[in-house]
Amino acid sequence: MAEYQNLFTRLQPVGPAQIGPELPQGDSPRTGKPFFIYWLGWIGNAQIGPIYLGGLGLASLILGTLSINIMGFNMLAQVDWDVVQFIRQLPWLALEPPPPGYGLSLPPMNQGGWWLLSGGLLTASILLWWARTYRRARQMGLGTHVAWAFASAIWLFLVLGFFRPVLMGSWGEAVPFGIFPHLDWTAAFSLRYGNLFYNPFHALSIAFLYGSALLFAMHGATILAVSRYGGDRELDQIVDRGTASERAALFWRWTMGFNATMESIHRWAWWCAVLTPLTGGIGILLTGTVVDNWYLWAVKHGFATPYPVVPVLPDPATLLQGVKP
Amino acid sequence: MMRRTLFTLLGLAALLSACERPPVQSTQTGYRGTGMVQVDNPRSLAKAKAALPAIPDVGPPSAPADGPRARDVYQNVKVLGDLSPVEFNRQMLAFQQWVAPTQGCPYCHVDGNFADDSKYTKVVARRMLEMTRNINSRWTTHVAQTGVTCYTCHRGKPVPDNVWFTAVAPKNNRVGSGMGDDAGQNRAVPSIAWASLPYDPFTPFLLQDEPIRAQTGTALPTDNRMSIKQAEWTYSLMNHMSVALGVNCTFCHNTQSFQSWQGPAQRVTAWHGIRMVREMNKDYLTPLAATFPPQRLGPAGDVAKVFCQTCHQGVNKPLGGLAMAKDFEGLVKVAAAVPALPAPLAEDRRSVLYFDVGSAVLKGEQAKGLELLVATMAAERRVVATISGYHSAAGTLTANQELAKKRAFTVRDALIGAGIAQERVRLEKPRQTEANVAGEDPVARRVEITVR
Repeated sequence: MAEYQNLFTRLQPVGPAQIGPELPQGDSPRTGKPFFIYWLGWIGNAQIGPIYLGGLGLASLILGTLSINIMGFNMLAQVDWDVVQFIRQLPWLALEPPPPGYGLSLPPMNQGGWWLLSGGLLTASILLWWARTYRRARQMGLGTHVAWAFASAIWLFLVLGFFRPVLMGSWGEAVPFGIFPHLDWTAAFSLRYGNLFYNPFHALSIAFLYGSALLFAMHGATILAVSRYGGDRELDQIVDRGTASERAALFWRWTMGFNATMESIHRWAWWCAVLTPLTGGIGILLTGTVVDNWYLWAVKHGFATPYPVVPVLPDPATLLQGVKP
Repeated sequence: MMRRTLFTLLGLAALLSACERPPVQSTQTGYRGTGMVQVDNPRSLAKAKAALPAIPDVGPPSAPADGPRARDVYQNVKVLGDLSPVEFNRQMLAFQQWVAPTQGCPYCHVDGNFADDSKYTKVVARRMLEMTRNINSRWTTHVAQTGVTCYTCHRGKPVPDNVWFTAVAPKNNRVGSGMGDDAGQNRAVPSIAWASLPYDPFTPFLLQDEPIRAQTGTALPTDNRMSIKQAEWTYSLMNHMSVALGVNCTFCHNTQSFQSWQGPAQRVTAWHGIRMVREMNKDYLTPLAATFPPQRLGPAGDVAKVFCQTCHQGVNKPLGGLAMAKDFEGLVKVAAAVPALPAPLAEDRRSVLYFDVGSAVLKGEQAKGLELLVATMAAERRVVATISGYHSAAGTLTANQELAKKRAFTVRDALIGAGIAQERVRLEKPRQTEANVAGEDPVARRVEITVR
């Protein structure tokens, strides 16, 4: 039998659509007549729309669509406009950056020029979307935490596709746009620069990534567990601590001797998430520009132990002393 | 409800995992805790073992016999003339069983006149025979004493199953075609383990000798200009080696540092393998392009070439490591042609003089090269000659090192005997006196003189 316990219930209370407050002069009106999807109500709010598009959102969507289309049509041209092959090989296909020989100059369109254009449009689209998250937050009277967290991800994106290629002096150093290709690029990046696992910033990034996941799981579990006492009303609990907060705090203090508070847990999670791409981006930026072989760097600085006991084989290339076998 | 959710979750987990069914065997191959393991599954190992083909039986090797040789009995025998006629016929039977078991002798030979060379298959077969003999005698660094036979690659088929052709760039890979340049990569192809990497790493690395090494041997940047894109080409070749041998990276590489030679010895074998395959493709297969009929050639008009997969076919030791070649003296013995010494090198600052096998005496042209050096030293009164002696890998190391020293003394004594002041003649023992990897090589038997 259906029952109503809290916000995370199997029962969906449906009321009239929420339109939101009036927007000030100068802001475009929200568009779309709101409607409800029962299935979406299972994982979030069943109400869809109205959406605020605005100038920034519109420009961002247009530039982003253009960028994705450039990638898609290049991939389609790679399989000679064969739609079946395009679908079949889609995970393999990519829009590749220019060959390294072009350096930072403008290459011909079919030699990476499309990549440069597509990347430029995508960057513009993402930056406009960032401005939109900032403006909407301010408009609603919110803090700008979402915008700055997004900015951290944009930092990593720009390091990979812009800052590092510029420092290395070649667009060819950047990441291809493609599903498998960008993963194989990542592996090749680590192989070229002597094992990225010995890059301390990469290590930090992984620690923050795993930390984010762990905190997310711990916090989600805690709130679900105390929602029967009203713990799901987290903001209320921050200012007016009730039995839900008390029990949650007590649980963690019992199990691990220390507990976050209703407010601090969100700061923990925010910083862990933001530091993931922030430290990762630093690690990428240093690779090839400052450090060329992370394993040897790590051994040199006592960060990694050298390979123990096993003898070193003679490198056949030096053994032959210029004589071809 | 709970049960249904549980089953749904289990079903999803099963769908999502593209993993193979346990048990998974992990065999430690290096120092503990360094991730040096080979991962196998007893079922796939058993399957690979069962998939090994039955070797055609052509009887035991014939007893060594004196008397007439194959070249005396048959006409137009160019490679196997040294064999006894009995062994020669056994070898021919083996060729037929290995390469053309259903087609029989007429696949290569003209009926009624076996000496005739008019079928292209015979011309190709003879060259392949020379290639096999070359591998078994000069490339023991890769094939060891196991060696190879025609069967290692052919497996009873006139054209081996696993060959490659140079990729033809798709037509949109031109500046003029507007869009669609794939940069030579990102296609679903099995030979590189389905990776989104350059799909023809074979032409640059296994036909040409483009540099393979991507990593730097120092922590900080030096002059290594290798780009990530170039590293992807190397990575693609390594993917081929992995899939062709049925092994993972740590079979050859130190997992912490791939450029380090502190790791499995298999990397040395693989290093020689790459050079061996290059030689096969460059010196033996490519020159046959005009011999093959058009239907045997690739889209770029090139011959079918070999890569790791051609012999290995998914196992790290082809045919499970079976040593077939030792039973066929025609495949192991090489006519004892003595390769001529190269001309002595006399550059502005460097001379190289070459010696005969086991000799510390300079003869003929090489002696003239020594005279030239003496003349240079006499004319330029301020320079110092630094002399280093080398030897080939054939024979015992201690005797060879002594020989290398004697060779250096020969040059020193000649200089001092000609009146060059003793302090202007210096001997320097090389860090490594052995100058090739296996057997005799005229280039290795040398003395190098630097004039500074």
